[in-house]
Amino acid sequence: MIFDVEHETMPREELEKLQLRRLQTVVARVYENVPFYRKKLDERGVKPEHIQSLADVALLPFTEKQDLRNHYPFGMFAVSRENIVRIHSSSGTTGKATVVGYTKRDIKNWGQMVARAFAAAGATTGDFVHNAYGYGLFTGGLGLHNGAEELGATVIPISGGGTRRQAMLLRDFGATVLTCTPSYAMHLYEAAKEMGIDVKELPLRIGIFGAEPWTDAMRADIEEKLGITAIDIYGLSEVMGPGVAIECALVKKGLHIQEDHFLAEIIDPETGEKKGPGEVGELVFTTLTKEGIPLLRYRTRDLSRLNLAPCRCGRTTARMERVTGRSDDMLIIRGVNVFPSQIETILLETDGLSPHYQLIVDRENNLDTLEVRVEIDEQVFSDQIKNLQRLESKIQKNIKEFLGVTAKCKLVEPKGIERSEGKAKRIIDLRKAKQA
Amino acid sequence: MKVDQLSIFLENRAGRLAEVTRILSESEVNIRALSLADTSDFGILRLIVSDFEKAKEKLKAGGFTVGRTTVVAVEVPDHPGGLHSILEMLRAAKINVEYMYAFVQQSGSHAVIIFRFDRTDQAIELLQKNSIVIVPGEKLYKM
Repeated sequence: MIFDVEHETMPREELEKLQLRRLQTVVARVYENVPFYRKKLDERGVKPEHIQSLADVALLPFTEKQDLRNHYPFGMFAVSRENIVRIHSSSGTTGKATVVGYTKRDIKNWGQMVARAFAAAGATTGDFVHNAYGYGLFTGGLGLHNGAEELGATVIPISGGGTRRQAMLLRDFGATVLTCTPSYAMHLYEAAKEMGIDVKELPLRIGIFGAEPWTDAMRADIEEKLGITAIDIYGLSEVMGPGVAIECALVKKGLHIQEDHFLAEIIDPETGEKKGPGEVGELVFTTLTKEGIPLLRYRTRDLSRLNLAPCRCGRTTARMERVTGRSDDMLIIRGVNVFPSQIETILLETDGLSPHYQLIVDRENNLDTLEVRVEIDEQVFSDQIKNLQRLESKIQKNIKEFLGVTAKCKLVEPKGIERSEGKAKRIIDLRKAKQA
Repeated sequence: MKVDQLSIFLENRAGRLAEVTRILSESEVNIRALSLADTSDFGILRLIVSDFEKAKEKLKAGGFTVGRTTVVAVEVPDHPGGLHSILEMLRAAKINVEYMYAFVQQSGSHAVIIFRFDRTDQAIELLQKNSIVIVPGEKLYKM
């Protein structure tokens, strides 16, 4: 089903006209209201009226995640605080989180986008949505929640955790749509199985999974085990949240971008040059309708490519290929974004630990695990086991507190961390080896 | 009255202990006493050696994290209740024993026990007041 026939099946030419009109408006708005953008545009000698075609987007400056951090917390907002009705934030150490704000209309638009996503996945008003994305500052929970309500479906705001209870409610309530990270879907399946519940026998028929990378092999596995159609959803809090793009259940080849709300580009992550259709590069989004915190050419660091061909499902919107990688060192652990530099900051703030560390990411029982190996030095060394164990748990606690991710800390001998050409190898991601 | 103990951080994997003994052997440092505390991931090796400074320097050069801890070597009468009377004394004074281990050699008719106290100076004072013999480091290293 197509939720918004007008916008999702608009002839390309008409869609581009709409995009241009909205782009001109957003550039004028940020030029007026966001000092950061005014300065950037002035530096380049660009005035809002210079935007005469969609190609002119290349005149605009990029926005990086760091820009949001530099203007922490509300410095990039384009409206006064009274017009913001909700705040979301991505994880980060103190002062380094990226904070986004939504106006009433932003929330309404976002709900519409997610409703479109539900419809594309095959859900209708009669469906029953078990929403196991975390509720809170993270955009996943509330984002999917609003969309399900906008669609008119019944939503169970179960949030994350308490997996055995979730399995029980999944059976007792008879939900038909499951929304969570793909790894959590597998975890939930395993937990249900242990309790003697076969998910395949339940009314569940659709899974909408996102917030972490997954492969077609994993999709096939989930679909087979849970007896459902598994759909990929894409989004990031800086741009909006989940629902920026969605696969259609009919074709499942690429995610339809909500192009009336976002202008997507693919660029070369090294040079910033625009790449042609079909070429792989970094995804960049300009928000076309967002009021709270409009962003020009936001660099997602996600690698993908665009397909402009109309889809068999009837949608005319561009499709982005499933994200294949990152152009930076960000890790996604159980749906939480983690930068090695954040771990480094936490270690330094924990008793001045040495900056020699290594992150081992793995997947056990379909759940991501993070091990933080830290080289021990004389400053923190003790002759007593309890002191070293206390140090380990302190690090674990700080990582959990600041980044919201559970990690296991392991102290290692100096030089215990593999170095290649003098440079420490910071990340070992064993998940990739397992997927291959 | 105090004794210098070497503490060495060891990852819990094959060959790490042998690496320590290799370095000490090549440096001609003799091990007078040792104890190993372990967890599933790592261990702490505690050593009393014939030449503390040399051992520390060589182990550090070998890439180990080493610490110096002050411990006390106490002569314990080698008969039933010998250790108990000392521990009882410490208990009454509310001095905590973090860990302890026995010295290999006897001192005359006495066993020698290495103590790590939470309050080292108070412990020494208490033991001396009760006429317990404390073996000084210089003597211990050569025993």
